Amino acid sequence: MYKTPDGKEIFVLDGHTHFWDGSPENQANVHGKQFIECFYAYHTNLSPQEELWEKSRFEKYSEDDIYRDLFVDGPNDMAVIQTTVLKDFYKNGFGCLERSTEMAKRHPERFIVNGSFDPRDGEKALEYIHWMKENFDIQGVKMYTAEWNGDSKGWALNDPSAYKCFELCEKLGIKNIHVHKGPTIIPLSKDAFNVDDVDYAATDFQNLNWIVEHCGLPRLDDFCWIAVQETNVYAGLAVALPFIHARPRYFAEVMAELLFWVGEDKILFGSDYAIWTPKWLVEKFWNFQIPDDIAEERGVQLTDEIKEKILGLNAARLYGIDVEAKKRQLAGAPVQIAAE
Amino acid sequence: MLTDIIKADLECELWESLEAVTDPELDEPITDMGFVERAEVIGSKRVEVEFRLPTYWCSPNFAFLMAFGIRAEVCALPWVQEVQVTLNDHCFGDEVNEGVNSGKPFEEVFAQYCDGANLAEVVDTFRAKAFDRRQEVMLLALQAQGMTEAEIVSLTLAGFDRITMHGEEEERQKPRYRDLLLDQGLAENPEDLAFPTWEGQAIEAQELATHLVRLKGTRINMEFNGALCRGLASTRYKEVEIGPEGPTLVDFIAGRVPPREDHATRR
Repeated sequence: MYKTPDGKEIFVLDGHTHFWDGSPENQANVHGKQFIECFYAYHTNLSPQEELWEKSRFEKYSEDDIYRDLFVDGPNDMAVIQTTVLKDFYKNGFGCLERSTEMAKRHPERFIVNGSFDPRDGEKALEYIHWMKENFDIQGVKMYTAEWNGDSKGWALNDPSAYKCFELCEKLGIKNIHVHKGPTIIPLSKDAFNVDDVDYAATDFQNLNWIVEHCGLPRLDDFCWIAVQETNVYAGLAVALPFIHARPRYFAEVMAELLFWVGEDKILFGSDYAIWTPKWLVEKFWNFQIPDDIAEERGVQLTDEIKEKILGLNAARLYGIDVEAKKRQLAGAPVQIAAE
Repeated sequence: MLTDIIKADLECELWESLEAVTDPELDEPITDMGFVERAEVIGSKRVEVEFRLPTYWCSPNFAFLMAFGIRAEVCALPWVQEVQVTLNDHCFGDEVNEGVNSGKPFEEVFAQYCDGANLAEVVDTFRAKAFDRRQEVMLLALQAQGMTEAEIVSLTLAGFDRITMHGEEEERQKPRYRDLLLDQGLAENPEDLAFPTWEGQAIEAQELATHLVRLKGTRINMEFNGALCRGLASTRYKEVEIGPEGPTLVDFIAGRVPPREDHATRR
C-alpha cells in the first residue's frame, strides 16, 4: 500500500520481480558471471546513490530481504515473481519456480509466482507446462527469448514449437505471457532485439495477454507500433521507470509515448526487483509529472487516476484480483518480518 | 622526442578516423560513446585499437559491423600498414576478433556464422532509423525558424544548403543528414527535394505533422538507448562500497582497464 502525501491509499501490484541466485557458487560458467554483472551494471547505473547495494548482496538475497524490500520498506501489496531459469548459465537455475514458490509460501496472499518454459524442448516443454499447472497452478509465464539452449542462442515467439506451447497455455488457462526481449544472438543476420514476433503471436493468440517487459526497449518505437494495433498487448515499465531518477526527461518522453500509443489501461508497473527496489520507484512515480511541453506535444497527461491504474489496477485486472477484497484481506494480515 | 611528437600526431589522426565509425543502433560515433579504450600507433605504421561495448550481451552483429568499421577507417589512413582490432569482454568476442583480424572481407566472415545470410536487411532498417532521427532534427529546426509546412516540404537541396542552423545538435546533424540523403540517392541534384521519406516519397504539407509524430518515436527510442548505453558503459566495471557516508561506486579494476582519456585533449 502506498500512502500518498495527502493520505490516499494506493494499491500496488508489482508486475515484475525476481527471486534469483546469481552467486558465484551457482554460476556454471563465464556467461553466468557476465549475466549477473550486467544486471548489476543496470543497478549501479540507474539507482539513486543511497539505494545502491554491495555486489554480494545483489548476487543472492534472502527470503527476509525480498519480503522486507517489497512489502515492509517497500509499498507493494502484491508482487509477481518471474521465473528465468538460464540453465546453461547457472547450476541450479537463476530464478526457479520451485525455489520462488517455497519462498512465497510464507506469504501466499502477497505473491503470484509465474512459471517459464523453453519451447525448444519440444514434447518435454508441453509435459512441463502440464506439470507446472498441476503442481503450482500458474496463471502466467515469463518468456526469455534470448535464453541459450545448447547450440541455440535464442528463439522467437512465432516459432512453430512455441505456438504449440501457447496453444496449450490457452487450453489450460495460463493467460499472462510476460515477454522479455533480450538479445537473441542467433541468427546473427537478424536484429537481436526485434519485436515483430510479438505482433504475430498476439494476433494469433487473442485470448492470451502479452505483457512486453521493458516496453520493448531497446525497440520502443517498433513496440509502440505493434501495441497500438493489438488489444491484447501490454507494456511493462521495468527498466524505463528507473530513468525517473537519473534522466527524468527521458522517462517523461517514454511515458508520453506509451500513453499516446499503448494507453493508460495497458501499462503495468514493475520494479524488476532486485535490480531496483519499489520504494523509491513508487514514491518518485507518484510525485512525477510529465513536463508541459512533452505532455502537450503528445496530447497526454499522467493524472493520479492514471498512476493508480499503472501501479496496480491494470495488473490486478489481468490476474483476476478483486482489489477491494484483497485490501481487506491484507489489512487483516499486516506486514511483519517472520522469524527464520 | 621527435618520435614522440610523430606518434602523438599520428594518434590524433587515428582518433579522428575512428570518429567516422558509428554504433548502427544509436547513430552515434563510437568515440563519443566511450567504446574505444585504446588506439595506439606503434612504430609509425602499426595500429592497435581496443574497444569495449556497454555490456557483454550487446548485439554481436553490430559488434561485427563496428569492428570491421574500425578496420576500414584505420586502413584508409595512408601510413598504416598493419592493424589489429580487439573487442574486449563480449559474448561473441573471440569470433569477432578472429574475423576482423583475418584479413577476409566482412561478408565472408559474417556469412560463416549465419548460414550464408547477410546483414543487409538489418543494416537498412537502422540506416532508415538514423535517417529519420537526423531528419527530425532538421524539420523541427526549420519549424522553429518560422518556415511553414508547405515551405519545408518543398525545400530543395540547394535551399537546404543555404540555411544556417543554430544550436549544437542542429549544426552537428545538418551535414550528417545531408550525407545520408545523398549516400542513399534520395537527392542528387540541387533542385531535388531536401525532405523526402526514406522510401523516396515527397511529403505532403498536410501530412508533415503525422510524419513528425512517427519520427519522434524513433528519436526518443534512440536517445533513450544512447543514454542507457553511456550509463552502462560508465558503470560496467564499478562496484559499490558501503562506507560511513553511505554507498559509493568504486572502480574495482582501476589500473587494469586503461582509463578513457578524452581524446579531444590530444588535439
